[in-house]
Amino acid sequence: MTQPLLESRDLTVRFGGHVAVDAVSCAFAAGELTAIVGPNGAGKTTYFNLISGQIAASAGQVLLRGEDITRQSVARRCAGGLGRAFQLTNLFPDLTTLENVRLVIQARRAKGFNLLSMAASDNDLRDAALAVLERVRMTALRDTRVSELSHGNQRKLEVAMLIALDPAVYMFDEPTAGMSADEAPVVLDLIAGLKAERDRTILLVEHKMDVIRTLADRIIVLHNGALAADGPPGEVMAMEVVQEAYMGKDLALV
Amino acid sequence: MLTRLLSGDRPRSLVLTVILLAILGALAFAPFLFPGVRSLETAARICIFIVLVASYDLLLGYTGIVSFAHTMFFGLGAYGVALASDAMGRGWGALAVGTVAGALAAAVLAAVIGMFSLRVRAIFFAMITLAVASAVAVLVSQLSAITGGEDGLNYSIPRELTPAFRLGEVMGVRINGKLLNYYLVFTCCLVLFLVLLRVVNSPFGRVLQAIRENEFRAEAIGYRVVYYRIIATCLSASVAALAGSLFAIWLRYVGPDTTLSFTIMLDILLMVVIGGMGTIYGAVIGAAIFVLAQNYLQTLMGSAAEATAGLPLVPDLLNPDRWLLWLGVLFILSVYFFPTGIVGRLRTGR
Repeated sequence: MTQPLLESRDLTVRFGGHVAVDAVSCAFAAGELTAIVGPNGAGKTTYFNLISGQIAASAGQVLLRGEDITRQSVARRCAGGLGRAFQLTNLFPDLTTLENVRLVIQARRAKGFNLLSMAASDNDLRDAALAVLERVRMTALRDTRVSELSHGNQRKLEVAMLIALDPAVYMFDEPTAGMSADEAPVVLDLIAGLKAERDRTILLVEHKMDVIRTLADRIIVLHNGALAADGPPGEVMAMEVVQEAYMGKDLALV
Repeated sequence: MLTRLLSGDRPRSLVLTVILLAILGALAFAPFLFPGVRSLETAARICIFIVLVASYDLLLGYTGIVSFAHTMFFGLGAYGVALASDAMGRGWGALAVGTVAGALAAAVLAAVIGMFSLRVRAIFFAMITLAVASAVAVLVSQLSAITGGEDGLNYSIPRELTPAFRLGEVMGVRINGKLLNYYLVFTCCLVLFLVLLRVVNSPFGRVLQAIRENEFRAEAIGYRVVYYRIIATCLSASVAALAGSLFAIWLRYVGPDTTLSFTIMLDILLMVVIGGMGTIYGAVIGAAIFVLAQNYLQTLMGSAAEATAGLPLVPDLLNPDRWLLWLGVLFILSVYFFPTGIVGRLRTGR
């Protein structure tokens, strides 16, 4: 078997006596879109935080291309190819839309320690940032401050930031959370587009089951912090444990 | 050309442009427009404080770091020049050595403080700077054999920079070393200010703003926040030290009260807030208003008190001894009406 791109081995984190993520071992192959589902409080976001480094693991390992990155800083992991979008909008509110995306591209190209050139006259960076905004159809909002954007546009920008970063592993944490019914498909189309065009590895935490059914190659189910099921969408959704733990109530909503 | 000089960061407000040009013009021709020792003293102080306040704004307004050690770095530069001139005797070499040594010492000390405290949390940095700054102030006053203690140090600077060096007269103004000294201060301050303006508009400056806005996300898109913060601290400290060196060259005297005191630290803080945090231009306006008020409010109040001598109560309120009270009132009003500072207010046009 070929080496997985990303892997967690017995990954565990405890907060006091509470085990939020309980020995989750899971490997993600390159080019695969994996949906991570589970009821609220199942540990999905915490699992994400452990992988991208926002939270330090109590036990277990995270491996990227076979290399142990469990002790690396968030920035190191990002440079290594782990890109993360956040569930709660997490942007630079006082800067413009364009500047938010430009900062990501500047980070990717390692131009941050340039003290004496003019940021505004770096046309390469600006054009690359504009191309990303074009892709998410936000060009008209380029000079709007992020704090003045609508919630839906902020969510879109969140996705745009990750597209600009273009990491080896895209991690989306409920990218459509709080979006209206006509806004959500735009974001999901973007993710589907990423999958089709760039052939990247994508991890997606998402609640909308119809979305997952069409997008995901594989579903893993977390329940009380532990891995409850893992397999192709059809198979996982049919499992009784999954129906009970999670989908029973949610399917009714779809 | 102008855009490049200003690093693409124009004042973005007509009123602000006019005010800035007026201040620039007044400072550039101060010896001819406002002859007299006292006005030249004020003009030089404004120049130096503009740089000092702008370098503080790099930390507070752009990076979101609160430091209480800015006067310490200012003092390092000043004492660098003083000690070098004292040890090496009068000369340009001593000025250069003192200036470079002061700036380097400031950068190293800032890096050490930063490495110990910026990893943790920004508030921790504020406390550490307070502790270190107090310790250095005590040290300077105790090591009187070297630093002159509370009395400070007097020293000689090259004759070309002193009033004794006479060159003749232009437009009724005596051209002497003091005037050359003023233009040395003015030119260096202008260059330092433009350098700071460039730094905050560089890719590096944008990262600092990103860190201020959301350090968590800055880290998540791959910036190592700690390094950026440490570099910003070092840079800010060395520019403050350079301003201190200029101050020492201008005054030919250093002492704890003129360079290290906590009062100056508060003044800097007020100037940044009044001018507008995170704008750099705010430093120009904040420093100009504040230094002018410090130097002339008393005189102004004195004449106002005389003019209203016949009225009840008013002359008492305007008594020159109450100038600090009125300065305080001015400060409260400006924070209340311009929470984003004068520059912020002018830019939004509301």
